[in-house]
Amino acid sequence: MSSHTGAQRYFIPHNSPWSFAITVGFFALLFGTAMLLSGMEKSGLAILCAGAVVMIVCMVGWWRLVIHESESRTYRALEDSSFRWGMVFFIFSEVCFFGAFFGALFYSRLFVLPFLSGASNNLFTEVLLWPGFVAQWPSNGPGNLGGTFEGMTPGGIAAMNTALLFISAVTVTIAHWGLKNGHRNIVKVFLALTFFLGFTFVVSQAHEYIHAYQQLGLTLGSGIYGTTFFVLTGFHGTHVTIGAIALLVIWVRVMRGHFDEHHHFGFEAIAWYWHFVDVVWLGLYLFVYWL
Amino acid sequence: MSTEATTVHGHGPAPGIMRWITTTNHKDIGTLYLTFSFIMLFVGGAMAMVIRSELAQPGLQIVNPDFFNQMMTLHGLVMIFGVLMPALVGFANWLVPMQVGAPDMALPRLNNWSFWLLVAGMSMLLSTLLMPGGAMEMGWTMYAPQSLQTPFSFAFSIFSIHLMGISSILGSINIIATILNLRAPGMKLLKMPLFCWSWFVTAFLLIVIMPVLAGGVTMLLFDRFFGTSFFDAAGGGSPVLFQHVFWFFGHPEVYVMILPAFGIISEIIPTFSRKPIFGYTAMVYALACISFISFAVWAHHMFTSGMPTAANLFFMYASMLIAVPTGIKIFNWIATMWRGSLTFETPMLFATGFIVTFTIGGFTGVMMALVPADFQYHNSYFIVAHFHYVLAGGTLMALFGGIYYWLPKWTGHMYLERLGKTHFWLTIISLNVLFFPQHFLGLAGMPRRVPDYALQFTDFNLISSIGAFVFGASQLLFLYNVVRTVHRGKQATDRVWEGAHGLEWTVPSPAPYHTFQEAPDVK
Amino acid sequence: MTRKLAVLPILCAALFAAPAAWADLQFNMPRGVTPISHQIYDLHMFAFWMMVGLGVVVYGGLMWTVIFHRRSRRKKASQFHENAKVEIVWTTLPFLILVALAIPASIVLVNTQNFHNSDLKVQVTGYQWLWQYEYLDKKAEPVYGFYSRLSLASLKRMSIDPPKSPWTDPHYLWDVNHPMIVPVHKKVLLLITSGDVIHSFWVTEFGGQVDAIPGRITQWWINVQKPGIYRGVCNQICGGGHAYMPVVVVAVPQDAFYRWLAASRAGRTSGPPTMAQAKALMHGNVPLALNGASSSEKRLASEVKS
Repeated sequence: MSSHTGAQRYFIPHNSPWSFAITVGFFALLFGTAMLLSGMEKSGLAILCAGAVVMIVCMVGWWRLVIHESESRTYRALEDSSFRWGMVFFIFSEVCFFGAFFGALFYSRLFVLPFLSGASNNLFTEVLLWPGFVAQWPSNGPGNLGGTFEGMTPGGIAAMNTALLFISAVTVTIAHWGLKNGHRNIVKVFLALTFFLGFTFVVSQAHEYIHAYQQLGLTLGSGIYGTTFFVLTGFHGTHVTIGAIALLVIWVRVMRGHFDEHHHFGFEAIAWYWHFVDVVWLGLYLFVYWL
Repeated sequence: MSTEATTVHGHGPAPGIMRWITTTNHKDIGTLYLTFSFIMLFVGGAMAMVIRSELAQPGLQIVNPDFFNQMMTLHGLVMIFGVLMPALVGFANWLVPMQVGAPDMALPRLNNWSFWLLVAGMSMLLSTLLMPGGAMEMGWTMYAPQSLQTPFSFAFSIFSIHLMGISSILGSINIIATILNLRAPGMKLLKMPLFCWSWFVTAFLLIVIMPVLAGGVTMLLFDRFFGTSFFDAAGGGSPVLFQHVFWFFGHPEVYVMILPAFGIISEIIPTFSRKPIFGYTAMVYALACISFISFAVWAHHMFTSGMPTAANLFFMYASMLIAVPTGIKIFNWIATMWRGSLTFETPMLFATGFIVTFTIGGFTGVMMALVPADFQYHNSYFIVAHFHYVLAGGTLMALFGGIYYWLPKWTGHMYLERLGKTHFWLTIISLNVLFFPQHFLGLAGMPRRVPDYALQFTDFNLISSIGAFVFGASQLLFLYNVVRTVHRGKQATDRVWEGAHGLEWTVPSPAPYHTFQEAPDVK
Repeated sequence: MTRKLAVLPILCAALFAAPAAWADLQFNMPRGVTPISHQIYDLHMFAFWMMVGLGVVVYGGLMWTVIFHRRSRRKKASQFHENAKVEIVWTTLPFLILVALAIPASIVLVNTQNFHNSDLKVQVTGYQWLWQYEYLDKKAEPVYGFYSRLSLASLKRMSIDPPKSPWTDPHYLWDVNHPMIVPVHKKVLLLITSGDVIHSFWVTEFGGQVDAIPGRITQWWINVQKPGIYRGVCNQICGGGHAYMPVVVVAVPQDAFYRWLAASRAGRTSGPPTMAQAKALMHGNVPLALNGASSSEKRLASEVKS
């Protein structure tokens, strides 16, 4: 952590307008969404869209600035290290976000359903409120919400999606290896491949949802099973989409000649993120589809 | 030791309002956080005055029950997310870089973003008050399914929590990155001032719990608008699930608000005892221990929710265990003062007052950890007294002490000592008048979150309300003292307090816009 | 600190001197009227005195240093800042105190959860903002039930426009139209649930509260030791009427209880019990309408006993 001779020890950017502007956009986006949800469709949608536009403009502007700073080698080892810690803890916070939903799944399956069917100190819950209810999985609860449905199976689309994400983890690692060893063509090809694998995953996930709604009778309203299935896989799918877009951006940057053997934090951050969505999927496949 | 105040690259603050909107300087952002929190203190305080006015007498005099509930809800949310947390983040922004010898926070643009996200979140939350049907009526705990009954403002309230949560997460990432990456050479982790340690631990807590809260309120949003059944027993869900998710966030959140306060106290007491802190290593381990156990105690907020006995026992034992490291901290503070050469300037008064009032909260906390006793205490005014002793008698006192302690460093001016002392005595007396009788009310059976009560509770409620008005009014003295000190006052020396140690006391007062652009030597 | 203590009594004296009509002040938890409430009260007092003892140590130490280690008395501060022995002492001692607290607490907790062998089961359902009480038979089928809401006297006075004085109703917010009736010296199992949002059934004299959770049954058992009127509240925020759904339970002699229940089941009462009727029952005076129960009513009554 020595100070750089003759220069500042650490790069401190000055007067960033983007963070304030993006907050205005974000505020409008959420405010519009809330209006939309609360029955003010038209004006809500307008505010939402305006907010989204502001956000996109700001994101592009902010990232262009950062990419420019990065490519002009403003960032050195110390800055790079800050970014790495930042990304590590950002991903950690994302893990905790998913943790809440996995926790809800486990709690509902292991405690709520047995309680509703009279387990532990809940004998009278079953006797008085839900007579005859037997805990099982999948379940849409003693109220049989959403009607009969079929649960998900670990075969078919889910197995294919697992394979897709696993292969994409390999391809992104090969691309990283290529970047570190100066094989830029390998980076270009394997990064593109990773993006397409991710993209295919999202498409087949959408296909699976349609299948669930139309053939299996499984909807968001199908009690706790439908709830946890769609919300968990939905948030995961959102993260895959974001990751795929980020991969695309990185790919464009690689095509433009950004990054070198030592200086490629942006690439690595997205690679970490991609591994994170992979690991989350592993949990999903295990606990949502399989067990 | 290099204490250069130069502007190597000629970057002073930008002129005008844009300085504050676009600033990436940790001191500016610290000031923004503290100012914001100060404004919110009076907003949340005004709500408390509405609450205590209505409760001064039985019957309905001032507000209707629905509006009372909204005041009660917003008072909680504003005080937690708008006052205590931002004030502590403000302290972190000002002090962490200066105490570890860093030139600024590790991610300055992100730092600015964290602040504005907080403002956006709090604005959205307060805007719900003006909406048809008003704000949430549920208390800050937002228990399902009652919170799902919130009229128009429901989604806005949820999104405001999201905004404030993102703000906290980003701010915490920044603090961790600064501490891990930008310490001056020689500033080993176990040499860091305890305030930095307290925030280091707190930032970890925040990064774990804030996403969980975001997840919990998102579940509420889905249950309300998209037909899911997280909290609906008919669909196989359970309202108790929300309590689990919320308190998994909510209990560590309590430590988020008290640990940095511990850090502030651990800075003030050695200075005015003219002695090094007693048991530094034990203090660090106690912090780590508290935060670790805090993840295993959440359901002590739910002892009455009909959990199986085994679960109740586990959470009872874990909750009681937290008293051990907390006790270590209190004993170590007293040991730090022991055989010192004590003087009682305003910061030290507040630090001593903190030990007194916080410990009362600690005692009632241990009592409430006992499940059967909690069957009686739960949700009564006893618990209202308990957590106000911890948060107002603890965190707020530490914040006042911290402001008086570092204000000369920040502004270059000494505050008015006599006024500060008056503020302290008025605060601690009125605080006890305000909250102590609430113990009696709770034990006698007065529930919390009521706008109206049976006649037998009148006397203590009236005393409590009188205490509240004095408490509220005393803070105006503080406001005056701070605002005056920002503008003028006796010039402060660099070290300010003769017993003060630490890197922040080696730079001039007021601290220059940029500090430690070259790393200081740490012995 | 001394100044703080000096102000309190003055303030209190000033307040209490004024209206003579104020009731006696209650500082502590009532000891209650059930075995569980007695145990909880004893645990509470035990914990309280433990904390007082700890407080004497902590505040004593603090006071000592504040008084005797000021700069006016000690120009030079000692510089010690470590002592492993005392650290071990003040880690171990509090731990032992906690163990001493945890043992009785665990025992009492297990006792509170002893829901077996009840003599009578009553399902208590919370709604916004009233309670429903249903008496169950051996098969857990409801045999008689009614709703209980805030008394008319209180309702008339809870107005903000125009504000009204609550003082003319001595039981303001503490009274209902139809109280729950339970027999004394019988183990009564309360099966608590909710019809909408979470409520909480709390009568301090019965030793505690239990949340009323929609879709779940939570339990509490009582065995009231003496006839009387026991008042409580809903203790979980449940909306605008949260403060206005009190609980009133009247414990009556067993004989009166079973005759009342049998008569009520047979429809020979004028409806759910009023406060006046409940008070009469409490004194063992079964109202005229209930006297002379037929043999079929006696059978109905015996069905509930189990």
